[in-house]
Amino acid sequence: MRKTYINGVGCISAQKTFDTVFLEEAEINENDTILALKVPVYKDFISPVAIRRMAKGVKNGIVASTLAMKEAQIETVDAIITGTGMGCIEDSEKFLKAILDNKEEFLTPTSFIQSTHNTVGAQIALGLQCKAYNLTYVNGAVSFESALLDAKIKMEEQEASTVLIGGIDETADYTMSLLKLAGFIKKENEGPYKVLNSTTKGAVYGEGATFFVLGDKKKNNTYAEVLDVEILNKLKVEELEAKVTTFLKSNSLQISDIDAVVLGYNGDVEFDSYYKILSENSFANTPQVYYKHLSGEYNTASAFGLWVGAKIIKTQQIPEIIKVNSLQNPAYKKILLYNQYKGIDHSFTLISKC
Amino acid sequence: MNKGVAITGMGIISAIGNSVEENFISLVNNKVGITSIENISTVHAAVIKVGEIKKNNQQLAEELQLSSDNNFSRTAMLGAIAAKQAVQNAGITSINDCKTGLISATSVGGMDMTEKYYYDYFENAALTKYISSHDCGDVAHKIADELGLEGMVTTISTACSSAANAIMLGARLIKSGKLDRVIVGGTDALAKFTINGFKTLMILSDTDNMPFDNNRKGLNLGEAAAFLVLESDVIVKKENKKVLARISGYGNANDAFHQTASSENGDGAFLAMEKAFQVAGLKPEQIDYINVHGTATPNNDLSEGRAIIRIFGDENVPDFSSTKPFTGHTLAAAAAIEAVYSVLAIQNDVVFPNLNFKTPMEEFNLVPQTTLKHKNIEHVLSNSFGFGGNCSTLIFSKSE
Amino acid sequence: MEALKQELKEKIIAVLNLEDINLEDINDNDPLFGDGLGLDSIDALELIVMLDKDYGIKLVDPKEGKTIFKSIETMAAYISANRTK
Repeated sequence: MRKTYINGVGCISAQKTFDTVFLEEAEINENDTILALKVPVYKDFISPVAIRRMAKGVKNGIVASTLAMKEAQIETVDAIITGTGMGCIEDSEKFLKAILDNKEEFLTPTSFIQSTHNTVGAQIALGLQCKAYNLTYVNGAVSFESALLDAKIKMEEQEASTVLIGGIDETADYTMSLLKLAGFIKKENEGPYKVLNSTTKGAVYGEGATFFVLGDKKKNNTYAEVLDVEILNKLKVEELEAKVTTFLKSNSLQISDIDAVVLGYNGDVEFDSYYKILSENSFANTPQVYYKHLSGEYNTASAFGLWVGAKIIKTQQIPEIIKVNSLQNPAYKKILLYNQYKGIDHSFTLISKC
Repeated sequence: MNKGVAITGMGIISAIGNSVEENFISLVNNKVGITSIENISTVHAAVIKVGEIKKNNQQLAEELQLSSDNNFSRTAMLGAIAAKQAVQNAGITSINDCKTGLISATSVGGMDMTEKYYYDYFENAALTKYISSHDCGDVAHKIADELGLEGMVTTISTACSSAANAIMLGARLIKSGKLDRVIVGGTDALAKFTINGFKTLMILSDTDNMPFDNNRKGLNLGEAAAFLVLESDVIVKKENKKVLARISGYGNANDAFHQTASSENGDGAFLAMEKAFQVAGLKPEQIDYINVHGTATPNNDLSEGRAIIRIFGDENVPDFSSTKPFTGHTLAAAAAIEAVYSVLAIQNDVVFPNLNFKTPMEEFNLVPQTTLKHKNIEHVLSNSFGFGGNCSTLIFSKSE
Repeated sequence: MEALKQELKEKIIAVLNLEDINLEDINDNDPLFGDGLGLDSIDALELIVMLDKDYGIKLVDPKEGKTIFKSIETMAAYISANRTK
């Protein structure tokens, strides 16, 4: 069966995740409810003629995908598959506001076009003149894992040798204010916002674009192999441990074979119980990692999580700043990643040193 | 020819009917669903025509027996109605008894609600519940909940090819053994957002859409939902299921030409169709009917026409028609309702008519089938092309 | 007419987000689409809205834009002749 290797990564986030190795310049921000992006110099990657109408998510996606492809040393791919929870919401907001404020008159197409969910994947394809398979998944916190799963199946079908996958999401003022109103985002004046051992509801939000080049051939600079990925709509907290065991068993592994577990803790006291049950029971003796205190929460933040997992395998280190516990392992060969959001959209990803 | 994945159930709600049977009766009786818009108040009402489902949200909620404090968007309600029909049609009584998934498709998501309440959220606490209904994923979550489905659930959003891609992924998941059963399809409700969006692109027609006609002016938007149930041959055999038809081929390619327009020679369309034939192990001459994307925009029909000629050859284009004069262009649901129509064509050995056609396009010699035609249908090819150059083709085949 | 041409140049730069272009860079007779300024069909749609909003001219067929938007010169001439605002 064809294998799936991570051969290139590119990450634009609230941390300096480009032009660095692995979070050495990362800073924890416990004061803001929405983390600001570390913005790259777009003009270094995209022509001014093209930039002028691009949505934020599109620009971030193009930069992240360019970085990933450069690292993988390829100029085109056999498939482009993206995931986004809400698409380019800044442009959605612009268009909707224009409709409502101008009573449907004098509307212009650019923000409508930029708000279509598959625009990031489409514009990447346009830039690369890539006519291959191109899909976009939009299903909350499994948007990115859906893309990863699709890519893996494509490679197993021998339909693609290289696939570009990515997770992209934006923050936008009005939408963030609505999410705050709905209690998805932390309330103001409830800081400092700690992700571990939080006592408040909601999460600190962020935005970003994280891309990977997957290939069926191992290279000198390959990060890791993607062994398996599974998505589940619903799971009760009390069913989680059994599910993890079954998932590992289907990969001929058990809990003790896992060298590190990457968990999507986001500081929401209502739902972090899912991660706690793994931290305190199944993986009590395993090095545990968290990342959303650095990336912020957003539907495709788990792509940042995979970036972290891949980097751990490559560098064979876990930076202090992402450790949940102080356990260490002499080698990090098998890593399990688990994420969920508000009790649904559960995903399990298994990667391995190769 | 490759055997293909079994379709064991279907469900649909559209401007021409609230069930598979109602849709079929409309198709064979030229009963069209294109009218003036009633459920949404828009300044463009006088200059657009739509394929609207003549049920308001209250009625849809009652049909689903939703509680009064529900936060379903119209898109989610339409989707739930169609998905439930499909599951019932497939005779499924215990949905989680094998590895079952839901692959939905939508472009509007909950925007139909968001645009209604956008500025009211801060004044009216009763509306807060709709904030979480905005994203596309919520539609699939709601449908899954209505079905009691706990397994793999995801959503594809690639504009007008979305449902085709959902059906394609479903077939691949069954073939790979990752799932035993999968409910696939799409749903989109009419919304001011999309009406205005398409208006800014100047591709809406103020009259009934006329696909492949030289004087076509543009498309009519529509709303609909349709889902198919796909099951593995193991399940089909074990439970002695009736197979309605099979998905034998599928392909997706990108035009990589422009964000909303298709290339002159229909490269993306050509590659998608070519791929579908490859997967199916079929040759173009084996296709008995093409349900074209045929939105009646100047651009699509020209591009699609060229691509069809490139695949089939000038002289050998099979009977083809667009069913969008019946239903309008239902965006992310289009490929799903047209999948249902493709299966109906196979089951009933019939080619549906391409209505409103008078004058062939001057660029080539393609004349659609304008009247209902009875003939043996073994294989149907269905095209769906979306913004972002996203081109998808499905091939449906008669099951033995 | 000169004032209108200047106004059009300013509007095009603003509406189409042409941050790196100055007024002096746009010559009255340079082609706006294709080679010259490099505008495309989506820009044409944006300009059609501008014609309506700022000059009260409603175009029904987007293809008309091809001749009208050929250059600043042609745009100014068309607007002068047809404006209702």
